[in-house]
Amino acid sequence: MYSPELILIELQPIFHDALKLPDLIITRSSSALNTPNWDSLAHISIIEMVETHFKIRIGLSELEDLKQVGDLVDLIAEKAS
Amino acid sequence: MPCVKVDDLSSDQLLMQRRKLFLEFSARTDLRAVRIAVLGGSTTSSLVEVLEVLLLALGFRPVFYESEYGRFYEEAVHDPETLIAFKPEIIYVHTSCLNVPRLHAGTTEDDAAAHFQRQADRFRAIWDSLESKVGAQIIQNNFELPPYALFGNMDASAVSGQTRHLMRLNEFLAQEANRRSSLLIQDVHSLSSHLGLANWFDWDRYYSYKIQVRPQATVALARSLAAIVGAIYGKTRKVLVLDLDNTLWGGVIGDDGVENIKIGRETPMGEAYTGFQEYCMALRERGVLLAVCSKNSEEIARSGFYHPSSVLKLDHFSCFKANWFPKHQNIEEIAKELNLGLDSLVFVDDNPAERAIVAAQLPSVAVPNVGTEVSQFAAILDAARYFEPAGVSREDIQRASLYTANSQRSQQQSQFATYDEFLDSLNMTAEIEPFKQVYLERIAQLTNKSNQYNLTTRRYTLAELQALAASQEYICLYGILRDTFGDNGLISVLVGHQEERTLWIDLWLMSCRVLKRDMEHAMLDALVHHAQTRRLTVIRGVYLPTKKNAMVADHYERLGFIRIAAPFDAVEGATYWSLVLDGYFKRNRHIKTNTAQLDLDGVLQHV
Repeated sequence: MYSPELILIELQPIFHDALKLPDLIITRSSSALNTPNWDSLAHISIIEMVETHFKIRIGLSELEDLKQVGDLVDLIAEKAS
Repeated sequence: MPCVKVDDLSSDQLLMQRRKLFLEFSARTDLRAVRIAVLGGSTTSSLVEVLEVLLLALGFRPVFYESEYGRFYEEAVHDPETLIAFKPEIIYVHTSCLNVPRLHAGTTEDDAAAHFQRQADRFRAIWDSLESKVGAQIIQNNFELPPYALFGNMDASAVSGQTRHLMRLNEFLAQEANRRSSLLIQDVHSLSSHLGLANWFDWDRYYSYKIQVRPQATVALARSLAAIVGAIYGKTRKVLVLDLDNTLWGGVIGDDGVENIKIGRETPMGEAYTGFQEYCMALRERGVLLAVCSKNSEEIARSGFYHPSSVLKLDHFSCFKANWFPKHQNIEEIAKELNLGLDSLVFVDDNPAERAIVAAQLPSVAVPNVGTEVSQFAAILDAARYFEPAGVSREDIQRASLYTANSQRSQQQSQFATYDEFLDSLNMTAEIEPFKQVYLERIAQLTNKSNQYNLTTRRYTLAELQALAASQEYICLYGILRDTFGDNGLISVLVGHQEERTLWIDLWLMSCRVLKRDMEHAMLDALVHHAQTRRLTVIRGVYLPTKKNAMVADHYERLGFIRIAAPFDAVEGATYWSLVLDGYFKRNRHIKTNTAQLDLDGVLQHV
């Protein structure tokens, strides 16, 4: 089982790579609106890597509900084993 | 070539590491620029990102142009100005079954023919325009089968069946590719079949970003595309270098004899080796050169191809290296003799340690992890696309001008500076002990079947070995070797008997699986230790030559024994050797043994 804290830690390198910002620190309240480089292409990479790394599939409606990183963390916590 | 081999990475690893790999590869300065335009019927950014990493790994520095979303037809035919200005060398037209309108139920045969004609004309118009206005190599993918079979099984036969329609279009693409020198087909039909359509389409990604396939399918598309681009620029590999024992036939020919190797239709294992030989033969028929690289004596190695069931015969090989030198040296020789670069070679060996040292010493050689199951070798080789032909060897493509000379190929540093370093990296540990009951059967088996690394080739029954083990007059040792790749099992046996202060070695043998690993040194160290504990002062050994054991003719000499005169009744050709134990120093430098502590005791006792 992944704890939300651990998930947030493991998300950091994924965001570093997708946003091409190796020093960035992502928090639960980070979102496309307040984070540099988070465009649609970066978003595709983030979801690809999250699905691959945590071995989960994120459905369309779940994707729609993601507003900030905290939502993503909670979704992963629910789905990842 | 870069240190990380992208061939060895899984799709998931590649997806996760692409940024890191991009940064690592793009730092190189010896890359060849290539300009690639991608005209997509769906979002292609993700595909381009992975393709970029793969092309960097191949030695290219790609510059991409991507069409506006879905405008593959418009940009090629109606407003090609941007494309012309970009000056692409390669144009990839990436379309899918979703870009082909569906036939409706109730369509007549005539309507279907007209529908097909419209689609064919659309693609012809694209290629015609690209040929006349832009002038680049075109790569067009053919179609995967549709995501839904609306007519069930009849989708492949009904007039309105989309499956049938797409298969017809694929045949049309093939015909056009054979007609047009500028057109190459990327076989997405086959690619998607290998992955399975269930792992191909991804509707969540399609509805979200108009990417229609799973990320892993994106990687598969990128790999296949990179292979075509590599082939266009002559980066296709040309030689398949093959190990023999347990690769082209089952068993160890030097020990088992040609009559006992596994090949032919009689047994499942034999069939599997025959199947792999047939695959190699088929590659040869289409122009891939075959070479042998085996640790064997040349004569014995060659004899395997006289086996009546061997599909491959000696004259199918362009180069034949069977000897006891390290394989990476032989592979360098093969490249030299064939006058090809090391990056033209693919090496197949069932032994992971041999693969590791070749991969480490010769990073340009492709060394696929084929595992140890011969039944899988062909599929693994095939999937890696090493021999992708540029079926484009036509003069009208400016391949010559595109071709980068071999001489510019970057020299890469070996991972291990020396063989010693490699041996240390194996983290070998040995268990060398007096015979134990549990191992006697294996000891008997090894004793009665080893022919090559065997100084005297004396055979003993299980009962005889048991008696020797119990006798006070004898020292009987076995050796087990483990390394990072796993447990090699019990691979060495040593038996000696005492005559006053001298130990005579009656039997010394080792499995060829662990040649050049320092194991014989570790065995000698252990033997000396046991001899010294018994206050013996000299060890003597004899080499009895046979047809198969020439490889150990200098065994004792290499271990520092001095040759002594043979007794008058000695067998012809036998040589006699002696080692004085006073002042003995430990020979083994690479294997951790369980006798380390004992060695110390031995030394103290000796002092």
